[in-house]
Amino acid sequence: MANGLTGEEVALRGFRFLRSRAGDALAEIGRVSLLIGEMLQLLVRRLPAFRLLVQQMNAIGVDSLWLVIVVSLFTGAVAAVQAAYQFTAVVPLKFLSAVIMRSVVIELGPVLTALVIGGRVGASIAAELGTMKVTEQIDALRAMGINPVRYLVAPRVTAAIIMLPILTIYADAIAIFGGFVVAVNVVGVSAATYMQGLREYFYLKDVMSGIVKSLFFGGIIGTMGCYYGFQTEGGAEGVGKATTGAVVTSCVLVLILDYILASILFRVVFA
Amino acid sequence: MIEIRGLKKRLSRKQVLDGLDLDVHTGETLVVLGPSGTGKSVLLKHIIGLMAPDEGSIRIDGQEIVGLKEGALNRVRRRFGMLFQGAALFDSMTVGENVSLAMLEHQNGMTPDEVGRRVRERLEWVGLKDAGGMKPASLSGGMRKRVGLARALALDPEYILYDEPTTGLDPITADVINQLIRDLQKQLNVTSVAVTHDITSAYTIADRIVLLYDGRIVFSGTPDETRGTRDPMVRQFIEGSSRGPIQPL
Ligand SMILES: Nc1ncnc2c1ncn2[C@@H]1O[C@H](COP(=O)(O)OP(=O)(O)O)[C@@H](O)[C@H]1O
Ligand SMILES: [Mg+2]
Repeated sequence: MANGLTGEEVALRGFRFLRSRAGDALAEIGRVSLLIGEMLQLLVRRLPAFRLLVQQMNAIGVDSLWLVIVVSLFTGAVAAVQAAYQFTAVVPLKFLSAVIMRSVVIELGPVLTALVIGGRVGASIAAELGTMKVTEQIDALRAMGINPVRYLVAPRVTAAIIMLPILTIYADAIAIFGGFVVAVNVVGVSAATYMQGLREYFYLKDVMSGIVKSLFFGGIIGTMGCYYGFQTEGGAEGVGKATTGAVVTSCVLVLILDYILASILFRVVFA
Repeated sequence: MIEIRGLKKRLSRKQVLDGLDLDVHTGETLVVLGPSGTGKSVLLKHIIGLMAPDEGSIRIDGQEIVGLKEGALNRVRRRFGMLFQGAALFDSMTVGENVSLAMLEHQNGMTPDEVGRRVRERLEWVGLKDAGGMKPASLSGGMRKRVGLARALALDPEYILYDEPTTGLDPITADVINQLIRDLQKQLNVTSVAVTHDITSAYTIADRIVLLYDGRIVFSGTPDETRGTRDPMVRQFIEGSSRGPIQPL
């Protein structure tokens, strides 16, 4: 071969590389599990201080509301345009609102909210905790006898789990409204038809499935932000890496878990 | 009293501590000298349980802390105050909140009034009684160290650990910090360990000086003994020469 290696050597190297990568991945899963385990153990014994929790609910939820409003408004609008186009000469437009609503509450609302919040909140948690790590602030907490998992991780993860479903409900409502605006003003569906479609095809389990998913998504976003923050090593560059790692990993995990939960919820629980 | 025996720690493939023995007697101020990167911070982090050794023993007033669980370790840590190298102030909080955090978190029955009074008192000790409402980002290096010191004193510690208290400060500010450490030592009668490579600071604050090199303590003496020693390593360190038995990293 070009670089003087036999095929066998290349295969062996590849195997070693994969094996070490698999080992890294397993170690990573182990460390995340330890963090989650410690957090749960602490939460069972004592809930996070109310003040810290409210502070984080503000940072994660309230401060993200405008972003979620803009994203979901356009999501609903695009859903209306796309669905109307696909319906042309196939499906009557009286089903338009039902399709928008159901795709929003089951899928688009929870998942897009999680991806957007994963970017915004996951990054800010990882950057904040990462900076605290590299400037020894986390060591300083421990040196004072304060458990950083209780003081920093538990309020953030709990706040994310509480706020994601709430943001998702906002997102659902606003996306359906965005769809309404486009359906009535651009596609030419009457307001009454749109509303009737919503009423006829509203299933509570659709909404519930979205909410259940968003609880898990909140857990992923909070945990990944904290985990990558705590793992940060080596100054500003490390903080940058931690931030990227938190965002990428939570987005990928959200999509994977979305598939798993969809399978469980619609094939088992609500089947 | 702190008794350290046979402490070993390997970090990033380097034997940072290699069988280190050290005693810190109650009431004394011990200064650990050593070039950058010899493991001075690592040593302090072992004493307060932020790092666990690969081997060896650390006893605080007879109690072994190596192998203690986090909960038990936290009770030991509350008897310590630590001033970190970069002060490590919580930059999301005000100066006053930095100082009050440990009091509030450990709720030792203090009323908010008492907490407020004690925060002002500690800030006054370090000469910053009006800085309570400021954010750490707006402080100078010397002020940050002083706030870090006030924070370390919050819970009336029996032991204070200083990680390079004067590094990065101009000589005048450094002397302010040295005098402050000296005064607090006398008033509070605490046991202190300071690590530094600042020889002037060591002479000013130390009752005893030791030299850390290659993972062990290679010299121990009073400031006067240190000044007069023939030990080639100590001489090289005092004179600040790149030639000698100590290999610059
Ligand atoms: N958390 C850590 N992980 C890996 N290596 C470390 C860690 N902390 C310190 N080291 C290494 O240990 C050695 C001593 O570091 P340190 O105690 O910070 O030196 P100093 O005497 O300047 O305080 C250095 O080589 C450093 O790279
Ligand atoms: Mg250091």
